[in-house]
Amino acid sequence: MTDTTFESEREFDSDAMTANTYVDREGFTRSTEPHSPRLKLTKAERKKITRSQRNQRHEQQSVLFDEPGPRAQQCIRVINVIGVLLVIAFLAWIIVRFANPPMGENQLSWKLWEPALNGRAWVSFYLPGIVSTLAASVVAIAGATVFGFLFALGRLSTLAPVRAVCSVIVEFCRAVPVLLFMIFFWRLFAGLGMGDSSPFWAVCAGLICYNGSVVTELIRSGVGNLPVGQREAATALGMSHMASLMRVEVPQAVIASMPALVSQLVVVVKDSALGSVISYADLLQRARRLGSLHFNPLQTIIVAGVIYLVLCGLLSRLAQWIPAYMQRRTTGVASAADSA
Amino acid sequence: MRSIGYLLTHYDVLGAFGVNLQLTAWSVLFSLVLGIILVLLRICPVRSLRLFATGFVNLFQNLPLTIVMVFLLLGAFVQLRFQFSSNFSTNFFWFAVTGLSLYTSAFVCESIRSGINTVPLGQAEAARSLGLGFFQSATLVILPQAVRGSVAPLGNTLIALLKNSTVASAAAVSTETSSLMNTMIQYNASSIVSVFLIFALGYVILIIPIGLLTTWLSNKLAVRR
Repeated sequence: MTDTTFESEREFDSDAMTANTYVDREGFTRSTEPHSPRLKLTKAERKKITRSQRNQRHEQQSVLFDEPGPRAQQCIRVINVIGVLLVIAFLAWIIVRFANPPMGENQLSWKLWEPALNGRAWVSFYLPGIVSTLAASVVAIAGATVFGFLFALGRLSTLAPVRAVCSVIVEFCRAVPVLLFMIFFWRLFAGLGMGDSSPFWAVCAGLICYNGSVVTELIRSGVGNLPVGQREAATALGMSHMASLMRVEVPQAVIASMPALVSQLVVVVKDSALGSVISYADLLQRARRLGSLHFNPLQTIIVAGVIYLVLCGLLSRLAQWIPAYMQRRTTGVASAADSA
Repeated sequence: MRSIGYLLTHYDVLGAFGVNLQLTAWSVLFSLVLGIILVLLRICPVRSLRLFATGFVNLFQNLPLTIVMVFLLLGAFVQLRFQFSSNFSTNFFWFAVTGLSLYTSAFVCESIRSGINTVPLGQAEAARSLGLGFFQSATLVILPQAVRGSVAPLGNTLIALLKNSTVASAAAVSTETSSLMNTMIQYNASSIVSVFLIFALGYVILIIPIGLLTTWLSNKLAVRR
């Protein structure tokens, strides 16, 4: 994600810098003076300087306030302490509620946490759950890419009827909630006699319909963002409209939308948890089963939640890291889109 | 095969959409308030508050809504004995509103924050040179422009919220659309496609005007620079 404010702040800050300092690529202030003999500081002084540097760095994160003066610093320190106390009080309230719910048992007791964390829970519940969640997500993202590719070509076609049909289908898929798709496909596949595998394919189909339409729009806007010269060059080489799309524009648009596609993967993993509503044995569903086995759904769901956090956190990290590697291979702009 | 007329008269389809709209309306209210508070915390000079807001947003952005709902139902209600009302259906309704609001507020916060990036640096500098403090410059100068600049992502968040309100069935709200659709298909398996199309078209009719309205509003409200 590109933050325009951050860029401009850096320029803004560099104005205030003295001649022998510069701002390096990470945005930190560095000195060009190698070793100054005057810089023999006591420990306390050094501490003070690093603190002011830290404040300076943090000032770069927001344009909304000045470098705080002594009084403001005092004030911020007081509010900081109050803020920490409030957060601690909130957490303490939750822990107390956990330890002592009205007319219930202590939710912190190891008796309830042990079955949610032991080896058996991992081997027969969480790990198969993670595998099912990832399996559905991988099939869904692969299907969504194919769906998106085909419908993007359709929406960019020169034939008006093809364009119209593809637009209607894509807009329909974008407007209908994923859960409705899943329930529909689940009942449909079960009715067609697919038996036990129907929840899996229903999850995949539901995710493909929605995310495919998102990918369609990503690719379509990716083609729109390419420089006009690409299409002109293709036309000059004698390529038809379709050939230019297939061989020049769409491949670059796909690469440019790669970071956004990876962010979409986060959405897919999150939405695959809807499968638990239609009895697909994903991570959430298995955590619920484990919880009903030992009467500790609270604990097992917290563990599952942490696993989802780690999975999605890793994927978002990947999405932020990818644009730099993709930029060389496209004339478009490779940047991650917001995923709602 | 059942006729569409039979399906519409024997099941309260409009009522189910009403439940989803109510869920959405309450969640819009709470998530807007919470989202604006979060965005203020995220940009404020106090470190602990900033970290708290960042943590909150990251938590709810990376957690599936379904697990939030199931946690509220099985964790908060069954095991921690939180309760909004002794009436089961009202109780679950407010749990669903809680889940939707918490989840959506993270996205509202990020939408407004992306709007803050559209406000030119000069605006903040001008506010500071007028002697406005952080809170004043944020609420009087930056946020009003940021909200106007973030109408499009906020509209997308609203659409996502309306669609997400179907997940309330995971918090045992049994009168909303996805639960009703499931029941209707169970009892009228032969007309599965028409049942699905009734509900799907209902959402299309609700969502396409929202999309058009936000596009129009975001053009109309965008600050001309």
